[in-house]
Amino acid sequence: MRFMLLFSRQGKLRLQKWYTATAERDKKKMVRELMQIVLARKPKMCSFLEWRDLKIVYKRYASLYFCCAIEEQDNELITLEVIHRFVELLDKYFGSVCELDIIFNFEKAYFILDEFLMGGEIQDTSKKSVLKAIEQADLLQEVTTNPPPLPWRVGVSVLFLYKVITQIEQIYDIWLEF
Amino acid sequence: MPAVSKGDGMRGLAVFISDIRNCKSKEAEIKRINKELANIRSKFKGDKALDGYSKKKYVCKLLFIFLLGHDIDFGHMEAVNLLSSNKYTEKQIGYLFISVLVNSNSELIRLINNAIKNDLSSRNPTFMCLALHCIANVGSREMAEAFASEIPRILVAGDTMDSVKQSAALCLLRLYKTSPDLVLMGEWTSRVVHLLNDQHMGVVTAAISLITCLSQKNPDEFKTCVSLAVSRLSRIVSSASTDLQDYTYYFVPAPWLSCKLLRLLQCYPPPEDGAVKGRLVECLETILNKAQEPPKSKKVQHSNAKNAILFEAISLIIHYDSEPNLLVRACNQLGQFLQHRETNLRYLALESMCTLASSEFSHEAVKTHIETVINALKTERDVSVRQRAADLLYAMCDRSNAKQIVAEMLSYLETADYSIREEMVLKVAILAEKYAVDYSWYVDTILNLIRIAGDYVSEEVWYRVIQIVINRDDVQGYAAKTVFEALQAPACHENMVKVGGYILGEFGNLIAGDPRSSPLVQFNLLHSKFHLCSVPTRALLLSAYIKFINLFPETKATIQEVLRCDSQIRNSDVELQQRAVEYLKLSSIASTDVLATVLEEMPPFPERESSILAKLKKKKGPGTVSVTDLEDSKREGGELNGGGERGPDTAAMASSNASTPSPSADLLGIRSAAPVGAAPASAGSLLVDVFSEAGPAAPSAAVNDDGFLSSAPPSEDPAPPLPEADELLNKFVCKNNGVLFENQLLQIGIKSEYRQNLGRMYLFYGNKTSVQFASFTTTPQLNVQTKPVEPLVEGGAQIQQVLNIECLTDFSDAPLLNIKFRYGGALQNLTLKLPVTINKFFQPTEMTSHDFFQRWKQLSQPQQEAQKIFKANHGMDTEVLKAKLLGLGSALLDDVDPNPENYVCAGVIQTKGQQVGCLLRLEPNSQAQMYRLTLRCSKDSVSKRLCELLAEQF
Repeated sequence: MRFMLLFSRQGKLRLQKWYTATAERDKKKMVRELMQIVLARKPKMCSFLEWRDLKIVYKRYASLYFCCAIEEQDNELITLEVIHRFVELLDKYFGSVCELDIIFNFEKAYFILDEFLMGGEIQDTSKKSVLKAIEQADLLQEVTTNPPPLPWRVGVSVLFLYKVITQIEQIYDIWLEF
Repeated sequence: MPAVSKGDGMRGLAVFISDIRNCKSKEAEIKRINKELANIRSKFKGDKALDGYSKKKYVCKLLFIFLLGHDIDFGHMEAVNLLSSNKYTEKQIGYLFISVLVNSNSELIRLINNAIKNDLSSRNPTFMCLALHCIANVGSREMAEAFASEIPRILVAGDTMDSVKQSAALCLLRLYKTSPDLVLMGEWTSRVVHLLNDQHMGVVTAAISLITCLSQKNPDEFKTCVSLAVSRLSRIVSSASTDLQDYTYYFVPAPWLSCKLLRLLQCYPPPEDGAVKGRLVECLETILNKAQEPPKSKKVQHSNAKNAILFEAISLIIHYDSEPNLLVRACNQLGQFLQHRETNLRYLALESMCTLASSEFSHEAVKTHIETVINALKTERDVSVRQRAADLLYAMCDRSNAKQIVAEMLSYLETADYSIREEMVLKVAILAEKYAVDYSWYVDTILNLIRIAGDYVSEEVWYRVIQIVINRDDVQGYAAKTVFEALQAPACHENMVKVGGYILGEFGNLIAGDPRSSPLVQFNLLHSKFHLCSVPTRALLLSAYIKFINLFPETKATIQEVLRCDSQIRNSDVELQQRAVEYLKLSSIASTDVLATVLEEMPPFPERESSILAKLKKKKGPGTVSVTDLEDSKREGGELNGGGERGPDTAAMASSNASTPSPSADLLGIRSAAPVGAAPASAGSLLVDVFSEAGPAAPSAAVNDDGFLSSAPPSEDPAPPLPEADELLNKFVCKNNGVLFENQLLQIGIKSEYRQNLGRMYLFYGNKTSVQFASFTTTPQLNVQTKPVEPLVEGGAQIQQVLNIECLTDFSDAPLLNIKFRYGGALQNLTLKLPVTINKFFQPTEMTSHDFFQRWKQLSQPQQEAQKIFKANHGMDTEVLKAKLLGLGSALLDDVDPNPENYVCAGVIQTKGQQVGCLLRLEPNSQAQMYRLTLRCSKDSVSKRLCELLAEQF
């Protein structure tokens, strides 16, 4: 994988991970270009597209788009599931992850991604193994005197919303077949 | 696990992020950020030592600001401090900052490397993992130099924890990708292969990525992985969906590992060992069978994981291309997907089928789906899926269905998305050419292309139709008739005018018998389009007109009238003006015989690879299956244009007059008619012919025939070259235009352009004085047929001379130019070196890092390499260096050299006799202010010469 981007429906970049050395200027240009392309696509379109010499695999979870750039010989479908597994990891860690969690705890999101993917390749696919590493880190950390209030924990869970929407779509499809 | 709430919340950070989110405008945001930056800076600079927590908080804020897209130029030191903290969270933030914001500040890298070294040897697995992550995230060459030998040891050590092994494997992979030369194979390699047998699935998953990459580069050393991979795969495929516990994903056992195993096997040919092969075929059959079973879950994750394995298995089957049974089964499976409800599956099925179409075993099976694919082209709502459908149609096309497919593609073109039109046009053009049984169909198809998508018809396409028409006399009459009809349309595309002009100019006589298309009608038709066309097209039409004069003497008066009118003969465009003047002159002074010779029908083009194919290859990059396939079948069938040898740009050369203002004589064949080569070559390798007198662009005067005869050249011997001639020459190695020479009397300017092995040089001689120069002569010391320049140069005036240059073979000595004139009474005699150097005949070649190093290795004979280490004569500014290297003429390649400080270039030097491939590497050392320059060329004299030339440039 060359890079992974996470951005919102409004075109705000929430997370970016580059697995090959890229100049900052090029990064910005690529992000802008890709966001434009992906956000312009309609639902039900295919999740893959060719872009420059790369293949783009993207998927939307509620307000968030997850977007991976992979190489010619890489497998698109399994990349989709890389995205899904990452969402599951975030969800498990934050407990019903929402966009705000990723904004306010961006460093945690990076740590989780690092435990899951390294240099663009999967390090481990087991949810338990990945989260164990993060969990250990949390145990190691010193207790701060007054934990901050968490006013932002009112966001909408992206995975939950995704599941609901998928179910509705399935029901709709079944209804269509009748 | 609501880890966040119990966690290390940094209140200040949360407040800052909230503030930023509450900003109503971009300006407010920037203001808030600047305030924060000032605050952090003062905190970092303050006398009070910050505690770890504050440092962590501020570094985190900086990171957040950076990720918002703002520049950060401080905080690195504090981040490095955090690295050496004993508190995990502080260390973690430090590493995160370094990974995201690292720059090549060497001082810092040393500190970072130190911290990493400590963590790697700490035997604390969490610290070791953090360090490995950092190395992988940065992945720079410095990191590779420091750790490439250490990591393999961690990877295969018996007491390394599983989690560390996983990180080590992927870290090593990253380093191998960036600096393969620093990761040395050794005893560890065989032990890495055995990680495929590891009990821990996570370790296998991580290790296999490394093994796959290493196998691609060193297949022999890793051969043993094939049987291990097969047995691992077989165990997974046959396991029940619950066997693998956490490694089962939505009822699919270890989908990621399965895909990776199948991918690894694609690095090798089918296993030779019968038992292994049998087991593998069994696995593949099981995977195909499972596709037919009812799904174990309705969730899309289940079907995606299952199908990911299936597609990877199909890729392997296609890669082996030896099991007809499996190939046909794969094709049938994909056929089912073509009509699947999921867009993703339809897309992938179309894509995979494209490669299946190139296998002889499955080509026919793929063809049975033609109707579905055509339907997809028409009805898919998503352009990327339609694009795949178009690709597949192209791949499945053969003689039996060509007419149907070309017709469908043409009709799709009318509504196709703009982004893919050009490629579609190329494909239609190629198919039409490749499967043309009768050429009238081919001509019709191309003209239709121009009509439907004229804007997207690139030069290659219309060059090609002209090549084919010229080479095949059975289609010339038809082509003339068809273009004549097509031009009747009130609005026709400029490309149609070009094709029409060229073809009528060559073959208009074939339809001139019909009074409806009599010569004058043809001419008037063409000329009615003239005013709407761009300069290159007008230039082409002018050439067509002069050809008409030869074909139909009765049109001579009309055409001369047209050429003579002010809008032609005084056209502000030099090229058009020159043509009008020359053609008018030619038609009035040359006898019919001379005219007939000069304006003879174009000789057939040499049969070479289609220029369109070359273009499509360039577009798609090398290795695209459909293109290779096309080439292959071409070689077998010897269909339309026979031989497949590479000879780019036949057409571009032949009709270059239409596209560029360079050698205008090509189309008309003047070049061959002009008497050149009378004297034996003195410099041996360069042929310069000076046949145009002071060109029409020279402001001095109109062309004057008397100039040919007046004043005999002075009899004195040419002076020896000026002492500074070499220095002057060096100024022009990397540029084509500028002032070559200047003294109190004379200034000589140069403009030159090169294309392949040809060049044209304009020399401008300016008289800086107010007094006339008399007996002005210039003599290039070469094999030339010279017409002298104007013998008198008025004070303050400038005259121009044009040299046409052809590079016959490679050379080291620049040709000399001798100039003599009388200023006052004194004879001035000076000799310069003409700035023609071998690099002017460079054609840039783009290539990937892999190709570059492969070729680099191929050129490994000692005499093919020339190297020089020298002190920098000028500043070592990157942009200046880049500009110079680009000026050199070769392609400057990015992302090839693992060290981003270095420059590498590649190109081909075109001489008449041969092509010389050249690779260049320039390694600056800014500390020592030195360079090391290395050249490797397929011809040793070229390496040597280029090295000499370039060493003077930096």
